Amino acid sequence: MIAVHGVTREYRRVTALKDVSLDVRPGERLGIVGESGSGKSTLARIMAGLDRPTAGTVTFDGRPLPEVDRRTLRSSVQFVFQDPLSSLDPRMRVADIVAEPLAALRLPGDRAARVAELLDAVGLPPDAAGRRPHQFSGGQRQRIAVARALAPRPRVLVADEPTSALDVSVRVKILDLLLDLAGRMELTLVLVSHDLAAVRYVSERVAVMRAGEIVEEGPDALTDPGHPYTRELLDAVPRLRR
Amino acid sequence: MIEIEKLRIDFGGAPVVDGVSLAVAPGERVGLIGESGSGKSLTALAVLGLLPPGARAAGRVAIDGTDVLGLPERRLARLRGDRVAMVFQEPMTALDPVMRVGRQLALVSSKARARELLELVGLPADTYRAYPHQLSGGQRQRIVLAIALARDPAVLICDEPTTALDVRVQARVLDLIDGLAAERGAGLLFVSHDLAVVSNLCSRVLVMRAGRVVESGPVAEVLAAPRHEYTAALLAASDLEART
Repeated sequence: MIAVHGVTREYRRVTALKDVSLDVRPGERLGIVGESGSGKSTLARIMAGLDRPTAGTVTFDGRPLPEVDRRTLRSSVQFVFQDPLSSLDPRMRVADIVAEPLAALRLPGDRAARVAELLDAVGLPPDAAGRRPHQFSGGQRQRIAVARALAPRPRVLVADEPTSALDVSVRVKILDLLLDLAGRMELTLVLVSHDLAAVRYVSERVAVMRAGEIVEEGPDALTDPGHPYTRELLDAVPRLRR
Repeated sequence: MIEIEKLRIDFGGAPVVDGVSLAVAPGERVGLIGESGSGKSLTALAVLGLLPPGARAAGRVAIDGTDVLGLPERRLARLRGDRVAMVFQEPMTALDPVMRVGRQLALVSSKARARELLELVGLPADTYRAYPHQLSGGQRQRIVLAIALARDPAVLICDEPTTALDVRVQARVLDLIDGLAAERGAGLLFVSHDLAVVSNLCSRVLVMRAGRVVESGPVAEVLAAPRHEYTAALLAASDLEART
């Protein structure tokens, strides 16, 4: 579905990605884990067409990204960011926030009805439509961000640290929401996080990144790691002693 | 040692901390667990007289028997660092960005001691001349820890000291806190949302929710057989492993 091949991304002085190749397969739940500076967010942004590689190619349904028109790409691949508060315009009503991609992409249909449907899908009450982001908790704001991302009926949802700013009890609810939506809407889900437990909980396949490279990739990367770095990461996670 | 009795904090409205009592004896390790808005950080800040403007505290907070609520800043400043020191979540905001970290260490001790402290927290000697922005998050937190330990406090208060760090760095900083507190026989008040971290570091735990302590006791008991439904829910939510 999305194929990243030999991608390098250089910024002025740093190389964020070095010759990275990774496929996102239709309908799968792919996890990308790594520490800060590993390049996982850069890879996610490049997959979603929010950033361009310095070298290498990214294809969507077999076509190279620069050739895929912006409207097709934006309605097919959507993004959810870490901090819902900074990604939601505080002055806008939730209904307008959720409908924003529909307006931006000039998608036809009854927007109010679609907003109501989306709010229901992410577990928000119908009256949320008339309120503004600051009237919601962190978890509810992330639900609003997910509703907005789902508005154009994307086939791929890329979520970059969607639960990192949230409390533990809210984290699991958002992860369950993503799992539920991925199943119900036949979404392809890419979850990017430093939270190994969250990625293991959600993903069917995991890529482990370090210093701009994928060190290991596969369904068992976090359950039966093959690379010493992955083992080191897993060993460092504090275990609940009881 | 620290004693908190029936602490109540408000900002003019409903209390945000209500009826919290806890004690940290010398060498004892107490975890204060809660989610955002639980009042755990405000409780910790009250010990050092560092509550934000507009906060009103009532009840009793004592360091070595001296009531610190309402104590003049000059006397509070003496207790801070000497008796009780604090490590905050975000080291960048705790350090002076335009002063070399060695000098910041020397200010709370001496030049010679500053070099010892760097070694103590596992940093190379040339870190002395570095500015905070030249260091990694983990190195900065080591500096903050060194400053906190500079005057050998009897109790170290840590408020989410590793939340902003990568998992491998977190493990090393936690080991360091663990080891240095043990060597000194320092008490530890460890504020965190992370039950796993607290279960590894502390012997007693208090669970806070919406300003109140809902449950407290030995870590092993509270986490193995929580009596309050909120603790049980928090445990269930933390342990994703058990859900799959």
